[in-house]
Amino acid sequence: MKALVTVKRVIDPYVKVRVRADGLDVEKNDVKMAMNPFCENALEEALRWKDNGVVTEVVAMSAGGADTAETLRMALAMGADRAILVNTEMLPVPLIAAKLIAAVARREKPEVIWMGKQAADGDFNQTGQMVAALLGWGQGLFLSAATLEDGTVSADSEVDNGIVNVRIKLPCVLTADLRLNQPRYATLPNIMKARRKPMEELTAADLGVDLSPRLKVLRVSEPPPRPSGRKVADAQELVRVLREEAKVLS
Amino acid sequence: MSVLIVVEHDNQAPRENFRYALAAAGQLGGQIEALVIGENCRAVADIVSHAPGLAAVRVAENIAYKNGLAENCAPLIAEQVGEITHVIMAAGSLARMWLPRAAALADSQMISEIIGIEAADTFVRPIYAGNAFTTVQSLDAVKFLSIRTTAFEPVTGDADTPCKVTAITSGGDSGLTEFIGERVSALERPELTAAQIIISGGRGVGSADNFKLLEALADKLGAGIGASRAAVDEGYAPNDFQVGQTGKIVAPDLYMAVGISGAIQHLAGIRDSKCIVAINKDADAPIFEIADYGLVGDLFEIIPQLQAALEE
Ligand SMILES: Cc1cc2nc3c(=O)[nH]c(=O)nc-3n(C[C@H](O)[C@H](O)[C@H](O)COP(=O)(O)OP(=O)(O)OC[C@H]3O[C@@H](n4cnc5c(N)ncnc54)[C@H](O)[C@@H]3O)c2cc1C
Repeated sequence: MKALVTVKRVIDPYVKVRVRADGLDVEKNDVKMAMNPFCENALEEALRWKDNGVVTEVVAMSAGGADTAETLRMALAMGADRAILVNTEMLPVPLIAAKLIAAVARREKPEVIWMGKQAADGDFNQTGQMVAALLGWGQGLFLSAATLEDGTVSADSEVDNGIVNVRIKLPCVLTADLRLNQPRYATLPNIMKARRKPMEELTAADLGVDLSPRLKVLRVSEPPPRPSGRKVADAQELVRVLREEAKVLS
Repeated sequence: MSVLIVVEHDNQAPRENFRYALAAAGQLGGQIEALVIGENCRAVADIVSHAPGLAAVRVAENIAYKNGLAENCAPLIAEQVGEITHVIMAAGSLARMWLPRAAALADSQMISEIIGIEAADTFVRPIYAGNAFTTVQSLDAVKFLSIRTTAFEPVTGDADTPCKVTAITSGGDSGLTEFIGERVSALERPELTAAQIIISGGRGVGSADNFKLLEALADKLGAGIGASRAAVDEGYAPNDFQVGQTGKIVAPDLYMAVGISGAIQHLAGIRDSKCIVAINKDADAPIFEIADYGLVGDLFEIIPQLQAALEE
């Protein structure tokens, strides 16, 4: 059984982003990039399924500019067998990304697509759901556990009021939450080996996907700052200021 | 313009977050309708029909909708669009399951977690864990939107006369997914997204047992309890307590962060709180940069002292 895993290249989530001078994006020049953390969990899970023998091949894919190849190399170094890079100048919005992923899935015919539940840049939390819709497959979202049993996936989905367990037929789309697992590190020998693993390059045109924009960014701005606060001496003073100044306690 | 609000409910009553979606719909203008999807949920539709400003309620009842599986519910939402220009739902896990799937079926790029409406096609939303805001214009004919409730004031009260409730016919079970069960946290305290006061614990609290310290304080103040991701990952608190970029977005009057360092992903969930208090033994913890009031010290000494000070 084949697993397709999507990995997105994003600004390292521990870097503090700055709005670009033209106010149309955040600064991406000379900024540390990383694999989206949720995608790392997705990839790790597919690799574990391979380690356990339920998956025979793990194919990593990503859509983005030429530097996206670096993120795919990292996926190969972690253990993916081969990679597919869809070359697009712009990072596509979720619907377009979903169309590219669904098109690759129609070629590759995986039985499971593992994805991150959201990307730490746009925070949309949509792409997996959209891929599942376009393919007409079941969706297991925000997963903290997933096991394969007789052609179905038993999945624990983290929702607002607890955890929901669903059984999803294959083929399906699964999206990973951070609690799903602890992603492995790529070792140096594996990073060397990854250089020789195959990476196929495709364009949106190859996949028949229209890249015309669906969303126009008019402005990117800093969030309004919070007025600076102050330290208080002890618990008694804290209670007093909360009652008298902030008036949030009675 | 014609707005359709998708209502979240438990087959008995709508969730309060419906009234925030109604507020956002009101800002868009035009005719507003509501859609109730469920099993034996006519009672929900009847309650919703009393909400002010609604022109009609559509109700779809089917055993296949009982547990809210998106594979069954999203196609129904997508089928509704016709003359509808905006489909709106309060952001939360149900909106995340249903709306992107429905939007893709309708070939629309959904805009999630909006915090502002500038025009019928122009919306503000946070990106990068709330470290930047972006204003985007939708180029799609039908706009699918999820509303971050903390950014809107709920519509209160009821209309004098209820609007019309219409039953709609619907598809059935897709057969793709089966609901097996759920582990719901028993709620003894106010729900986080509605709580006026929240006491949140982080890794510094040290154990699930120590969280009882916070519970005692929360009971005294009628507060909800939250947690950082680290605290949830360590098993000190259940996953639905998590506050932040990937947990709940909250906006209480008072948010107390106890033994929480203040990572950007945590701050993403608390920025709209009216008053933030930080209790941390590390005077340089980043949480103090966003806190209105900071108290440096050991939480195991401070929490009991706070209890005592509140008695006075
Ligand atoms: C993509 C992504 C998404 C994430 N989403 C979230 C999210 O939604 N929510 C979230 O919270 N995190 C999230 N995180 C994790 C986040 O980056 C931090 O790791 C996490 O918030 C740290 O939790 P913490 O502050 O409890 O723990 P720590 O950073 O370990 O801080 C513990 C604090 O407790 C203090 N302390 C220890 N003992 C005491 C004591 N006795 N008295 C007083 N103070 C004490 C310490 O000084 C320290 O400041 C996410 C991370 C990533 C990469």
